Amino acid sequence: MFDSENLQEIWETIRQNKLRTFLTGFSVAWGIFMLMILLGAGNGLKNAAQKSFAQDATNSMSIYTGSTEKAYNGLQPGRNISFTNKDFDALDRNFEAINKLTSRHNVYGNNNVRYKDKRGDYSITGVFPDMMDIEGIYMPEGRFINKTDMNQNRKVVVIGNKVKQALFGRDDPKGNFLRINDISFKVVGVYKDRGGERENDRVYLPFTTGQKIFGDGNEVHSFNFTIGDMSASENKAFEEEIQTGFAQRHSFHPEDENAIYISNRYENYLRFMKLFNGIDIFIWIIGFGTLIAGIVGVSNIMIIVVKERTKEIGIRKAIGAQPGLIVKQILTEAILITAFAGYVGLVAGVGVLEVMASVIPSSDFFRNPEVNFNIAISATVLLVLAGAVAGFFPARRASKIKPIVALKEE
Amino acid sequence: MIRLDNIHKSYTMGKTSLHVLKGISTTIETGEFVSVMGSSGSGKSTLLNILGILDNYDKGSYYLDDTLIANLSEKKAAYYRNKLIGFVFQSFNLLSFKNAMENIALPLYYQKISRKKRNKKAMEYLDKVDLKDWWDHKPYELSGGQKQRVAIARAMINEPKVLLADEPTGALDSQTSYDVLELFRQINDEGMTVLVVTHEHDIAAKTKRVIKLSDGIIENEAVELMESNYV
Repeated sequence: MFDSENLQEIWETIRQNKLRTFLTGFSVAWGIFMLMILLGAGNGLKNAAQKSFAQDATNSMSIYTGSTEKAYNGLQPGRNISFTNKDFDALDRNFEAINKLTSRHNVYGNNNVRYKDKRGDYSITGVFPDMMDIEGIYMPEGRFINKTDMNQNRKVVVIGNKVKQALFGRDDPKGNFLRINDISFKVVGVYKDRGGERENDRVYLPFTTGQKIFGDGNEVHSFNFTIGDMSASENKAFEEEIQTGFAQRHSFHPEDENAIYISNRYENYLRFMKLFNGIDIFIWIIGFGTLIAGIVGVSNIMIIVVKERTKEIGIRKAIGAQPGLIVKQILTEAILITAFAGYVGLVAGVGVLEVMASVIPSSDFFRNPEVNFNIAISATVLLVLAGAVAGFFPARRASKIKPIVALKEE
Repeated sequence: MIRLDNIHKSYTMGKTSLHVLKGISTTIETGEFVSVMGSSGSGKSTLLNILGILDNYDKGSYYLDDTLIANLSEKKAAYYRNKLIGFVFQSFNLLSFKNAMENIALPLYYQKISRKKRNKKAMEYLDKVDLKDWWDHKPYELSGGQKQRVAIARAMINEPKVLLADEPTGALDSQTSYDVLELFRQINDEGMTVLVVTHEHDIAAKTKRVIKLSDGIIENEAVELMESNYV
C-alpha cells in the first residue's frame, strides 16, 4: 500500500488540494484534541475528589477499648475492657474478610524520642508488618518492619519523614540509633504517607518488641485492619459479628456500645467509591460522545471528498486506472491524513493539558489533569479506522461508476 | 483494427427503454482516419463510448485489435483502455491540480512506469505538440487549444492502437479547431488509427472517411477525399 510511487502520487494530490486536506485533517485533529481536553479535565476533577476524600475513603476499620455501661452476667457496669493477643488470634482466625491486620501497642511518655541532643514528641506505636499497607505508606529510604524483627523482638524503628527532618537534620538516619524512653533503637527506614504530610510524624517499632519492653507482653491497645469488598449490609453484619466475638471473650453485653469502640469507615468508603464511579462514567460518556461526533465528522468529510473527486476518478479510469487502485489511493490518502492529524491533535491536547496543569493551581476541585496514554492512542486509531471505513464505501462505489457517468459530473 | 458486427445498445430510463444503436456493422482498418458524424441523438457518442470500452453493448460483437471486447470486468476494461486506447474529450478532462507534464504522464503511472521515465517521455510528447515551454503550467493557465493538445499528448503517450476523440473541437474556435485537426492528421500520417466524433461538416471533411449515423444506424459510409486533396 505504501510503495514510493503510490505515496508520491498521494503526496502530490495532498499538496495540490490543500484546503480539502486541511479540512479533513482539522476535523480529526479537533476531535482528538477535544477528547484529550475533556478526558483530562474529567480526570482532573476525579483526582481532586479522590485527593480530598482520600483520608476518609479507606476500607479500614479500627477497634479500641472502652468500658462497659451495661451489667451482664453478674458483672457491674463501668468495667474497663482491655485487649490481649488472644483477641488478635480470634480476629486473624475467624474473619475471612480481613485482609491486612495489625495489633497496636502504644508507647507513652513526653518528649521521649531522642537523637543526640535533639528531642521530640511523637506518637510511638508497636505494629505488625501489615501496617505498611493499612496506612498506605511507602518507604523512600530503607525498609518497613518485617517478620524477622517481630520474631526476634529486634530493637529497630521506622520513622516518618518529618521525624527525620526534625531530629536527624542532615544525618542519615538509617543505621543510626535513636532513644525511646532511654532505650536504644536502630533506625531501619524512613516512610512517607501517600495521604499527605501530616501523618509523617510517627515512629513505628515491631509490635512484639514494643509489647515486651514497654508492656506486659500480652496487652494490646487497639487493632487496625483492612477488609475486602462487601456491600453496606454485609459490612453491618460483619461489624456485629466482631462485636459479638469480643462480647463473648470479655463477658460483656453484646449490645453494649461502650465496651469497645469500632471505628468503621467502610460506609464512607462505599459512598466515595460510588462518587468516583459516577465521575468515571461521566468521563466515559463525554469521551464516547466526543468520539462519536468525531467519527461522524470524519465520515461526512470522506463522503464529500469522494463525491467531489468523482470526476477525477472518471478521468483516471478513462485513461486506464483500475478500480482497486483508485480505492487504494483514496484510502491511503485518508489514512495518512487522519493519522497525521490525529497525532497533531493528540500532541496539542496533551500540550494544553500540561499547560493547564501548571497554570491552574491544584485545588479541591481540580488537580493534575491527565490522560491515559493507551486510551488516547486507541481513540486516535479508532478515528483513523472510522475515516478509512467511511472513505472505503463511497470510494468503492465511485470506483465502480462507469467512467462516462463520472465524467459528466461537474 | 476495429470490427463491429450488428451492435445494439439500449438505455432504460425508468420504464421507457431508448434504443440508441440499432445494429451497427463496420470495419476500420489500421491507419485509417475516420470521422463519425450525426446530429445529436444519432447515437454517435454512445458508439464512441462502446469503442472506447467506457460503456458496454447489449448485442452483437466488437473486436479491437483482434480481441473480443465483451463482458469485461472493470479491471480488464481498465487494462484494455490503458493498453489499446487513447482518449480525447470535448471538455479536455485534464486533472486541474497537475501541470501539463504530469497530466500527460498519468497513463504511464497506471502502467507502473517509474516517475523519472514517465516524466521524460511526457516531455517528448509535449515537444511533439509544441508545448515544451509550457510543461509546468496548470490547465487553468492554458488556452483551450493548448489544453486539447495536452490532452492529445496524454492520449498518445501509452502508444495506443487507436485514438478516439469525442467532439475534440467542440469547445474551440475555428482556427484552433483546424490546428487540432492538423495535429490529428500528423498523428495519422505516422500510422495511428484515428477516429473522431463530430457534428461539424468542415471537421469531418478533413478526415479520410466519414461514417454518417442517423437514428442509430449507419446511413452512409463514404470514403471522402480530404479537402487538401482538392486543391
